[in-house]
Amino acid sequence: MEYAAPATLDNALALAHETDGQVRFLAGGTDVLVQLRSGLFEPDLVIDIKQIPGMLDVTRSPEGAWTIGAAVPGRILGTIEGLRDDWPGIVEAMELIGSTQIQSRASLVGNLCNASPAADGIPAMVAAGATVSIAGVDGLRTAEVADILMAPGQTNLKKGEIVTSIDLPARVAGSADAYLRFIPRTEMDIAVAGCAVNLTVKDSQVCTARVSLGAVAPTVLLVPDAATAICGTCLDETALNDLAAACRAACRPIDDKRGTVAFRTDIAGVLARRAAILAYRRAQERESA
Amino acid sequence: MIHVKMKVNGDPTEFLCDPRETMLDALRDRLNLTGAKEGCGTGDCGACSILLDGNVVCSCLVLAAEGQDREIETVEGMAAGEDLHPLQRKFLEHAALQCGVCTPGILVAAKALLERVPDPTESEIRYWLAGNLCRCTGYDKIVHAVADAAIEMRST
Amino acid sequence: MALDDLRTKEFRVVGTRPIRPDGIDKVTGRAKFGADVTASGMLHGAILRSPHPHARILSIDVSRAIAEPAVKAVVTRADFAGNLEGEDWNVLENIMAGERALYDGHAIAAVAATSALSARDALKLIDVTYEKLPFVTDVDEAIRPGAPVIREGAADESVPEGLHPNIVRYHENGHGDVEKGFAEADLVIERSFVTEATHQGYIEPHACLAQLGPDGKGELWCCTQGHFAAARICAKLVGIDASQLRVTPSEIGGGFGGKTTVFIEPVALALSRKANRPVKIVMSRSEVFRATGPTSSASMNVKIGMRKNGDITAAEGEFRLQGGAFPNAPMEFAAMCAFAPYDLEHVRSRGWDILCNRPKQAAYRAPGSPMGAFAVESVIDELCNRLKLDPIEVRLRNAVKEGARAAFGPRFQRIGLIETLEQAKAHPHYMAELKPGQGRGVSCGFWFNHSGETSVSLALSYDGTVSLSVGTPDIGGSRASMCQMAAEELGIPYENVRTTIADTGSLGYNDISHGSRVTYASGLATIRAAQDTIRKLCARAAARWEIDEEAVVWEDGHARPAGPNAGEFEPLSLAAIAADMGETGGPIAGHFEITPNGAGVSFATHIVDAEVDRETGAAKVVRYTVVQDAGKAIHPSYVEGQYQGGAVQGIGWALNEEYVYGDDGCLQNAGFLDYRMPVASDLPFIDTVIVEVPNPGHPYGVRGVGETSICPPLAAIANAVSNAADVRMTHLPMSPPRLLKAIQEKELG
Ligand SMILES: Cc1cc2nc3c(=O)[nH]c(=O)nc-3n(C[C@H](O)[C@H](O)[C@H](O)COP(=O)(O)OP(=O)(O)OC[C@H]3O[C@@H](n4cnc5c(N)ncnc54)[C@H](O)[C@@H]3O)c2cc1C
Ligand code: FES
Ligand code: FES
Repeated sequence: MEYAAPATLDNALALAHETDGQVRFLAGGTDVLVQLRSGLFEPDLVIDIKQIPGMLDVTRSPEGAWTIGAAVPGRILGTIEGLRDDWPGIVEAMELIGSTQIQSRASLVGNLCNASPAADGIPAMVAAGATVSIAGVDGLRTAEVADILMAPGQTNLKKGEIVTSIDLPARVAGSADAYLRFIPRTEMDIAVAGCAVNLTVKDSQVCTARVSLGAVAPTVLLVPDAATAICGTCLDETALNDLAAACRAACRPIDDKRGTVAFRTDIAGVLARRAAILAYRRAQERESA
Repeated sequence: MIHVKMKVNGDPTEFLCDPRETMLDALRDRLNLTGAKEGCGTGDCGACSILLDGNVVCSCLVLAAEGQDREIETVEGMAAGEDLHPLQRKFLEHAALQCGVCTPGILVAAKALLERVPDPTESEIRYWLAGNLCRCTGYDKIVHAVADAAIEMRST
Repeated sequence: MALDDLRTKEFRVVGTRPIRPDGIDKVTGRAKFGADVTASGMLHGAILRSPHPHARILSIDVSRAIAEPAVKAVVTRADFAGNLEGEDWNVLENIMAGERALYDGHAIAAVAATSALSARDALKLIDVTYEKLPFVTDVDEAIRPGAPVIREGAADESVPEGLHPNIVRYHENGHGDVEKGFAEADLVIERSFVTEATHQGYIEPHACLAQLGPDGKGELWCCTQGHFAAARICAKLVGIDASQLRVTPSEIGGGFGGKTTVFIEPVALALSRKANRPVKIVMSRSEVFRATGPTSSASMNVKIGMRKNGDITAAEGEFRLQGGAFPNAPMEFAAMCAFAPYDLEHVRSRGWDILCNRPKQAAYRAPGSPMGAFAVESVIDELCNRLKLDPIEVRLRNAVKEGARAAFGPRFQRIGLIETLEQAKAHPHYMAELKPGQGRGVSCGFWFNHSGETSVSLALSYDGTVSLSVGTPDIGGSRASMCQMAAEELGIPYENVRTTIADTGSLGYNDISHGSRVTYASGLATIRAAQDTIRKLCARAAARWEIDEEAVVWEDGHARPAGPNAGEFEPLSLAAIAADMGETGGPIAGHFEITPNGAGVSFATHIVDAEVDRETGAAKVVRYTVVQDAGKAIHPSYVEGQYQGGAVQGIGWALNEEYVYGDDGCLQNAGFLDYRMPVASDLPFIDTVIVEVPNPGHPYGVRGVGETSICPPLAAIANAVSNAADVRMTHLPMSPPRLLKAIQEKELG
């Protein structure tokens, strides 16, 4: 295995392009190093992206859209002025990842590109309608977060493509998101199920919504039926029940060391209710503010 | 082999390492700083905690090669000469260690906490240290020792 | 060895909380743990492990590995002693497989290479051909007709005819006529219980550095709870004389019973012999989970009868424990401890030791007792609920006291169970109001405590300070307690004593630091060694004063004339006598060697409040109080630490920790992330009450405290959670999927 820490994006792209064998990009390394250690794979080249300009930056456009550099560690997000106001669900999802130590390193992009079905950041990004900027030797492209996820551990990024940032759209008044996961302990666990809800309210009525589930299918799910269940409602009990039912109907989980099919399905509904209530309350605050 | 230059506990240091080596391996095997421990090698126990440019990280999840031009602080750098850091003293006074293998990592992590939050609540201490496993103490005396060190550090 | 009745004065050092002598080393990173040493020319070892739960090893081809320049030695089973029997053979078979791999993670071969990375790489070059065999990993399935037999003919003579060959030992105890007793009851409850296997979870993986020459002389440095036992077994396994192998214990990063045996040490010695260079082996965390001792999993039935007034009329229990692919699951301890807190006229316990394809169980803090207590104390709780009786009152009514006949046979000496119950009853925790969604549980627990071979040596320096050598590795601050006892007895300041854990070449044989024996047995021997020293000090004073030795007494650190008749002399301090010991007869040292027989048993009562989320099945411990009899707390902080640590390990066991096996028979969660030990944010403060009912078998009254603390938690937490959720939980851990399922099944009727 070789290691490189190129100082420019072009250098990184060239290196990745020229290398014959397996290439891994290194953001915070909290997935890469675990996989190295467990002997799961050994790439021929690891390219550390943290020296590349922009990778550690968070910026907000005049219109209110956010760009989060690919290597920005979790601990930074909550300190960026205005980000939590706009995207509380994204920030809380990222902050749930790992421990204090992991937070010093782990990134949203790493979370996305590792493509775990149980990743905490992904449902929040999917519900947010986030896009990613991708650089390759052939140029730049953007893609919806949901569109690059293929299977557990698999994205459709082409060899040598680098995700340079996560991009979040500008907010309209009365919008908020929330992410909740279930773990048996209070910290240091991988989600048994997770749910992100992103919605906009007007006059106490939900007018748009996106609901996303994690750890209940081979990839993170966007559940349009769940959104339909709450749109046009004031999130009354019937709406919440319909939401939970739609989420449960969308689940295609597995039995494993972390949870059973029945449990995951059940919990997905519970989390959806709780996340929707949280997002709704936040959105109402932001409507009046 | 990769040549790395970095600062450890204030001292300029350099070493050669295999690209696969972690910072924990380099500290322990190349620099003979065995204070940071390997409890898991996968980021789960915090026994290998160090400060990397002031932020607490698991050194088992950092490649040694990433150390180039960075500043590292380990438990060996906590005391100032003969004077123990207040956290080190409080851990002794409160008997906040039994076997002591988790202690270096917990001290380093707690130091990072108190530098950011001088007056942490019990719950803040517990959540901040959730990535540091201790199997002996049940964390009770550790939480008390950190809180007590915070009081002392605030008053001086 | 009796409680010193001469001890009328107050303790001066014992019962205080001085800073531990190894403290500064441990907060500065200087302390040397198992993996922290190196030797010049050192190689790194790595072990190849079976990916199958049960397989015949058809061939092992190491030629590709040997051909690597970095590889200096490869060993397989052929490199170990071939003439072993009984438990020695079991240990060897466990650390290096013979004809078959018996569990996922079983060691097959090992290499030594010039770096840890090249050793790991070389493992991939060893070619093993396996023939997969049928396997079984569940304790109940292992004894169903047709279950694969782990080892033919492994059963000993205790096993009745006609049982499944995987049942290898059987145990029975009790007295009275349980059927008669059940007939006298107003309510009889019978339930089945399951506990999953858990791991001791010490944070420091096993590590060692070994050097063995072609002359059969060796040095071993390792993290172990018992270096003398390690020397004995390692020497056997590699076929050398025990005295030729000197073992030095490193600082030990937790053991809890799991470091009472050997895993990598004989392998490192064998590699070192072959390469004729020092070899270091450090286990990875996944190796620790897959190949070192978890505790047994258990399947149990308990039946108890009670009168309306709370009197227990009869009790019966069946305890089936699997200990992996080897005999010695602690089923008899489960069967013996389960009913120990109660004074029963009619009681019967039976135990079965069962083999299956899992790693060899190792001791874990009061082995067997927590599972048994879980089953029994759960049934008692249910009886109390149904009969509307207070759970502490009922336990008080039935509690054993001095003179009572234990369910497992002998009569108890002075014990403190009733005192722990009284203190629990009076504790503010027991009277505090519960919030909605919360439930309270109590439980008692019992552990025998152990004594074992013990040898201690105490030497004076010219400046009057004392060097104390003990042979029991310090696993939780015991050096502080040893210094305290020596200082107490000699009448000198705590700081004037330094305690060293001596290597196997420097002291008589010492049993392992297990069975909560260290403060009791090494403490007793320390006190007696100090008394031996005092006799010698008094003799020197007598010689100097030219009076009879009997006319000299030792008080407050000074030799004094026994009374006016002895004459008038200035008292001589220890330092004064030590200062010219060279000229007055030679060096002064005290010794004591013993296998004592007075390890006082110990009891505890725990109170737990738990909160349950009925929608998710998540349970959380919100308040916890430990009340335990310590006999005499030498260093109260470290006694509290043992109480808290045991309680929290119990919380892990009760709520989330478990070995999860897949359909492939392989361990699914061999890492901390998915094994789920409690983290700091999962817990409340753990309140402790130290009860002191002196043990008549120790000069200061010490009882072991390390293990009893894990006996009540499983039941106390299960009772709290069951009461909070209003559904009886009989399967541990009560992980959210299990708890939610139980809640939903009850709601559906
Ligand atoms: C102890 C522990 C606890 C954890 N807990 C959680 C948890 O609670 N929830 C959770 O979701 N995850 C958890 N994780 C997993 C991990 O921390 C997260 O997935 C994290 O977000 C990964 O980010 P990273 O920057 O460290 O990624 P890295 O490890 O650097 O990279 C991850 C993957 O993304 C690829 N990659 C990185 N950057 C780019 C890029 N710019 N372009 C293309 N590909 C790229 C890498 O090649 C690699 O395949 C945990 C991990 C550990 C060790
Ligand atoms: S060794 Fe790094 S977290 Fe455990
Ligand atoms: S003191 Fe032993 S692990 Fe913390």
